Amino acid sequence: MEELANLFHGFAVALQPYNIMLMIIGITLGVIIGVLPGLGGANGVAILLPLTFSMPPTSAIIMLSCIYWGALFGGAITSILFNIPGEPWSVATTFDGYPMAQQGKPGEALTAAFTSSFVGALFAVIMITLVAPLVAGFALRFGPAEKFAVYFLAFCSFVGLSKEPPFKTIAAMMMGFALAAVGLDSITGQLRLTFGVTELLNGFDFLIAVIGLFGIGEILLTMEEGLAFRGGNAKINLRVVLHTWRELPTYWMTSLRSCLIGCWMGVTPAGATPASFMSYGIAKRLARRGNNFGKGEIEGVIAPETAAHAAGTSALLPMLSLGVPGSPTAAVLLGGLLIWGLQPGPMLFVEQKEFVWGLIASMYLGNLAGLIVVLTCVPVFAAILRVPFGIIAPLILVLCAIGAYSVHNSTFDVMLMLVFGVLGYLLKKCNYPLAPLVLAIVLGDKAEEAFRQSLLGSQGSLGVFFSNGLVSTIMALGLVALFWSAIQEGYSRLRTPMA
Amino acid sequence: MSERSERGPAHKTLEIGMALLIGVFGLVVIFGSLKAGINWGAEGPRAGFFPFYIGAAIVVASAINLWHAQRGDDGRLFAEWGQLRQVMSVVVPTAIYVGSMPFIGLYVGSMVFIAWFMRWLGGYRWLTTIAVSVGMPVLTYLVFERWFLVPLPKGPFEEWLGL
Repeated sequence: MEELANLFHGFAVALQPYNIMLMIIGITLGVIIGVLPGLGGANGVAILLPLTFSMPPTSAIIMLSCIYWGALFGGAITSILFNIPGEPWSVATTFDGYPMAQQGKPGEALTAAFTSSFVGALFAVIMITLVAPLVAGFALRFGPAEKFAVYFLAFCSFVGLSKEPPFKTIAAMMMGFALAAVGLDSITGQLRLTFGVTELLNGFDFLIAVIGLFGIGEILLTMEEGLAFRGGNAKINLRVVLHTWRELPTYWMTSLRSCLIGCWMGVTPAGATPASFMSYGIAKRLARRGNNFGKGEIEGVIAPETAAHAAGTSALLPMLSLGVPGSPTAAVLLGGLLIWGLQPGPMLFVEQKEFVWGLIASMYLGNLAGLIVVLTCVPVFAAILRVPFGIIAPLILVLCAIGAYSVHNSTFDVMLMLVFGVLGYLLKKCNYPLAPLVLAIVLGDKAEEAFRQSLLGSQGSLGVFFSNGLVSTIMALGLVALFWSAIQEGYSRLRTPMA
Repeated sequence: MSERSERGPAHKTLEIGMALLIGVFGLVVIFGSLKAGINWGAEGPRAGFFPFYIGAAIVVASAINLWHAQRGDDGRLFAEWGQLRQVMSVVVPTAIYVGSMPFIGLYVGSMVFIAWFMRWLGGYRWLTTIAVSVGMPVLTYLVFERWFLVPLPKGPFEEWLGL
C-alpha cells in the first residue's frame, strides 16, 4: 500500500510542467536518434548526458529515460518504411513490417508496432512497480559475496545467451574489465596499468567508449555502403489507427507471450535484441498463420516490438535495484546516476524515494507520451530520413566529438573516442559483441571491489561464494547461464540419440 | 577466391589479426598487473590481483579465438578495397579534426570538417555546404554554451570574436 502512495507521489513529480516539457523533448530527441543511422539509444543518451548535469537528478533521469523510449519507438519507423533497422532490436521488425509497407499497409504496420511497443513497455513497468520493492528488500541482505554473485550471473548470461561465439564474448567482456581496471585502484589507492601516462590516471570513462564504439563505429560501418541512402513517404491517419486497434486484441496471446519473453530477457541482461528475435521465432512457430511470416503478417510485427520494449524497459529494474544494468543504454543511465551522486542499489529505494518513484511514474507517462508523439508525427520523422547521409554523417560525427569532450572537458577523450570508434568497427566486423564490453567497463570496478572484499572476509578462500543458500543459488544460476549453450546441445542430443 | 571481381583483405586475416591484437592486449594487462603486484599484501589482495586474472582470461580466450580463426576459411572477404577506402575517407579527416581540436577549438574545426565532408564526399553545392557547416556550430554554441552552460573547446578565432 505504501508503494501505491509512493507511486502517486511519483506521478505528482513527473506531472510538473517542467518535467512534462522535458519528457516531450526527450521523446522527440529519442525518436530522431532512433531514426538516424549511427546514433543509437546508448550513445545518444551518452552524448546528451552532459546537458543534464545542471538539472535536478529526477528531471535529468526523466529526460534521459524518455530519450531511451523515443529511440525504442524510432527504430521501428525506419525498419517498417525503409527496411533499415535504426536499432539492432528492430531488425526482427523488418521481417514482416517492410513487406506490409510494400503491400500498401505502412500505416497498419506502424500502428501495430507502436501500440505493441507501448503494451510491452506498460507490462514491464507494471512488473517493475510490483517487483522493485521486493527486490530491494531482498537486496538489503546482500553482502559483498552476494553482490559479486549477481555480477557473475549478469556476465555469465551474456556468454550463454548471446548469439556470438562464447569465447569472443568472453574476450570482449574481459577487455572491458581490463579497461575498467586502468588507473587508481579504489581499494589500495595504488596506480596500475597506466604505464606512466598521466591521462590514464582516472582510467577509461565508459561514456567515451560508448560514443566511440556505438557512434563512430556505426558510422564507419554505414560508410562501407557509401553515401547512397533512400528516402520515402509515410502516411498515417486516424482511420487506419482505429482500424488497426480494433484488430490488435485478437493477438492477445502473442502479446502476452512476447511481454513475458521480453521481461525475462530484460531482467537477465540479455537485452532487447535477442528478446525481439526470440519472440519473433516463437511466434512464428506457434502462430496459426506461422507459414505466412516474413510475407507481411501483422503478428510478425507485434511479437518482436512487444518483446523489445518489454526487455528495454525491464532492463531498468536490475539497474535500479541491484546496480546491474540490463542493457548498454541502461548502463549509460546508471553512469548518469553515479554522476548525479546517486548510488544505485537497494538503498536507493529507501533513501531516494522521490527519485525512484518519479522515474517509475515517468515510465508510465513517458511511454504514453511517446505513443502519442510517434503516432502523430510519423511523416515528420520520415522526412528526417530523406536528409541524405552525406549531411547527417558529419553532423553525427561532430555531435559525438562534442559529447565525448563534454564528459570531462578533455580533448584527449575525443581522440580516445576515435580510437574506440575504429576498434568498434573492427570488433563488430569480426563478430565480437560490444554490449558486454561496455557493461564490463561500467561494472568492472564494482565487481572487483565486491570480489576482493569477499576474499578479504574469507582469507582468500573461494568457498565464500558458496557459503550460504542465497549466494550459492545465484552462483549456480550463473554457472548454468555460462554453460547454457552446451547444456542445450547436450539436451537435444539426449532427445535424439540416433542423430 | 582470387578470381572474384571484388578484391579485398580476407575475413580470416582480419579475424586472426584481431585475435592476436586482443591477445597482446591481454599480455600487456598481465605485465602491468605484475608490476602492480598480484599477491596478497598487508591490506589483502594487491592492486594487480584482479587484473592479472582478467589478463590471463583475455590471453586464453583469444588463443581459442585464434585457433578457431585459422581453422576455418570460408573465403569471405572482410570488405572490398573500395569499401575500405570509403571508411578511411571518414577516419582520416576525423582524426585530423580531432587532433586539431586542442589548437583551433571545436567550432572552427567542425565548420571545416562538415564543409569538407559535404563538399568532397557528398558532392553538395557550395551554398548548401556553407549553410550547414556554419549553421550547425552556431546552433551548437547556442544550445551548449548559452542554454545548458556546457563550455566547449575554443581556439584563437573564438577569442578574436570575444566569445
